[in-house]
Amino acid sequence: MHDTTSLLLELGALLLTLGLIGRFAGRIGLSPVPLYLLAGLAFGKGGLLPLDASEEFVAVGAEIGVILLLMTLGLEYSASELVGSLRTQYPSGLVDFVLNALPGALAGILLGWGPVGAVALAGVTWISSSGVVAKVLTDLGRLGNRETPAILGVLVIEDLSMALYLPLLTALVAGVGLAGGSIALVVALGTVVVVLYFALRHGHHLSRAVSSDNPEMLLLVVLGLTVLVAGIAQRLQVSAAVGAFLVGIALSGEVAEGAHRLLTPLRDLFAAVFFVFFGLSTDPAAIPPVLPVALLLAAVTVVTKVATGWYAARRAGVGTRGRFRAGGALVARGEFSVVIAGLAAATEPRILPLATAYVMLMVLLGPTTARWTEPLLTRLRGARGRGTAPAPHPRGVGAGAAANRRGQRR
Amino acid sequence: MGTRRIPLPGVGTQYDLTTESGGHLSVVVHHDGRRFLGVYRADDPDACESVALDPEEATALAHLIDPTRLEGIDTDGLDLVTEHIPVGSRSPYAGRLLGDTRARTRTGASIVAVLRRTSVHPSPGPDFRLGLGDTLVAVGTREGVDALAAIIGGG
Repeated sequence: MHDTTSLLLELGALLLTLGLIGRFAGRIGLSPVPLYLLAGLAFGKGGLLPLDASEEFVAVGAEIGVILLLMTLGLEYSASELVGSLRTQYPSGLVDFVLNALPGALAGILLGWGPVGAVALAGVTWISSSGVVAKVLTDLGRLGNRETPAILGVLVIEDLSMALYLPLLTALVAGVGLAGGSIALVVALGTVVVVLYFALRHGHHLSRAVSSDNPEMLLLVVLGLTVLVAGIAQRLQVSAAVGAFLVGIALSGEVAEGAHRLLTPLRDLFAAVFFVFFGLSTDPAAIPPVLPVALLLAAVTVVTKVATGWYAARRAGVGTRGRFRAGGALVARGEFSVVIAGLAAATEPRILPLATAYVMLMVLLGPTTARWTEPLLTRLRGARGRGTAPAPHPRGVGAGAAANRRGQRR
Repeated sequence: MGTRRIPLPGVGTQYDLTTESGGHLSVVVHHDGRRFLGVYRADDPDACESVALDPEEATALAHLIDPTRLEGIDTDGLDLVTEHIPVGSRSPYAGRLLGDTRARTRTGASIVAVLRRTSVHPSPGPDFRLGLGDTLVAVGTREGVDALAAIIGGG
C-alpha cells in the first residue's frame, strides 16, 4: 500500500532531478529531452532507483503531457498557415514521407515486428522535431535565410500528417486490422478537413466564446475543452493527441496567444513527465543490444533527411549551400518519435529501447548537423571541384594591425 | 522599393525589403516578440547575418531609423506628444468599447489609432471594441496622455 507521503517524496525528488538536469542541458546548449529519457531509465524498473508509489500519477501525467504537447503545437499554427503550406509544399512533404518513413518501415519488417511495428517505426524515423529545429534555426540566426520557409513548410506538413497517422496507428495498435485502420483513417481525414474548414471560416466564433480577460478562467476553459475533446477523440478511436491538436488549430488570435502563454509552463511540466514515463517503461538492459540497429538507422535517416531538405530548398529556388543547410537543420527527431513509440508500445514493447536509443542519438545529432552539414559539404565539393582546396584569403599583417588598432581604441 | 511578406509557420512572419539601390534586408517578426534584423551575405545571397532584438531594442531602433519623427510634434506653444499605450491584462477596458473610456472628455488626449497585432485601425470611433494586447496611439499634452495611460492601465 502506498501512502501520500511516499508519493510526495518520490514526485518531489523526480521533479527536482528533472529541474536540475534541465538546467544542466540548458547550460551546455542541449535539448533536455534525451536527459529526461535517461532520468526515466534511471528511475524505472531495473534502473538505479525504481519508483513505485508515484507510478500511477506519472502515467496519468504522461497522458496529459502528450495532449498538451499536441495542443500547444496546434496553437502555434493558424489554419490559414496550414492550408497555405499544404498547398505550396506538398511535394516536399511527400518526398519527406517516402525518404524517411521507408527506412523505419523496412527496419521494422527486417526485425520481424509485423505491420504494427513497421508502421510505428516508420513514424519514429519520419517526423522531425519541430521544437528542436525551430530552436536551432533561431539560435543560429537563420530565420531570415531563404531556405527557412521551405524547412518550416516541411515541419508543418509533418505535424499535419500526424493528424492522420496517429489515428491509423491507434487503430492498428487496438488490433482492428487493415479494414478498421482504413475506417479510422477516413474518420480522421474527415475530422481534419471539417476542423480546418471550421477554423478558417468560423474559428473566431470559438475563439470569442472561449476568450476571457481573466487568465484563470481562460486557463480552465481551454484546458478543460482540450482534455474533453481529447477524451472524446480517444473514445472514437481517433487518438487523444489528435483531438488536442485540432483544438489548438481551431483557436486563433489573442485567445491562442493567451492560451499559449498560460499553457506553456504546464506543458513543459507534463511533457517532462511524459519523457520520464517513456524512460520508466523502458528496460535499460534492453538498450545495448539494439544500439547497432539504432546507430545504423540514425546514419541512414541523417542522409535521407539531408536529401529531403535539399529537395525542399531546391524547390524554393535556393542555392546549393542553402540546400545543405536546410537538410542539416531537419535532421533532429524528438518528441514525436517518442509519442509514436509510446503509443505503439502497447502491442510492440520491443520498440521502446530502440526508440529511446534512436531519439537520443538524433536529438544530439540534430543541432550538430544543422550547424556543420553545409560548411562540411561545401568544403568537400570545393576540394573535389578544383582538385585542391581554395587558397586562403590574403589576410596580411596590415589587416591584423588594423584590427588591433581598432581594438585599442575601444 | 519592394516589400514581401513571407509567413514562417510556427515562428512568425518575415518581411523582405529590396531597396531601390538593390540592397536586400529582412526583418523576422517572431511570435515571442523578438525581431531579427537580417542583412544578406555577399558570397551567399540565401544566407543572412542576423541580429536578434528584444521588443524595446526593436522600438528604439525603429525610432532611430524613422525619418518622420512621431514624438514631439512641433506645434506653436503647445507641446503635443504622441504616446503608445498598451491595453494590458489589468486594464479595465480590455473587451470594452472605446467610448466607455470617455478619454477625450476626461483627459483631453485623443486616440488617433489602435494597433493590433494583425492590423491597424486608424481613427477608431466610440463603438470600437478594445482588445487585450491592443496598443493605443494617443496624442495630447504630456499631462493628458499620462492621465489617459493611467486610466487605460487601470491605475
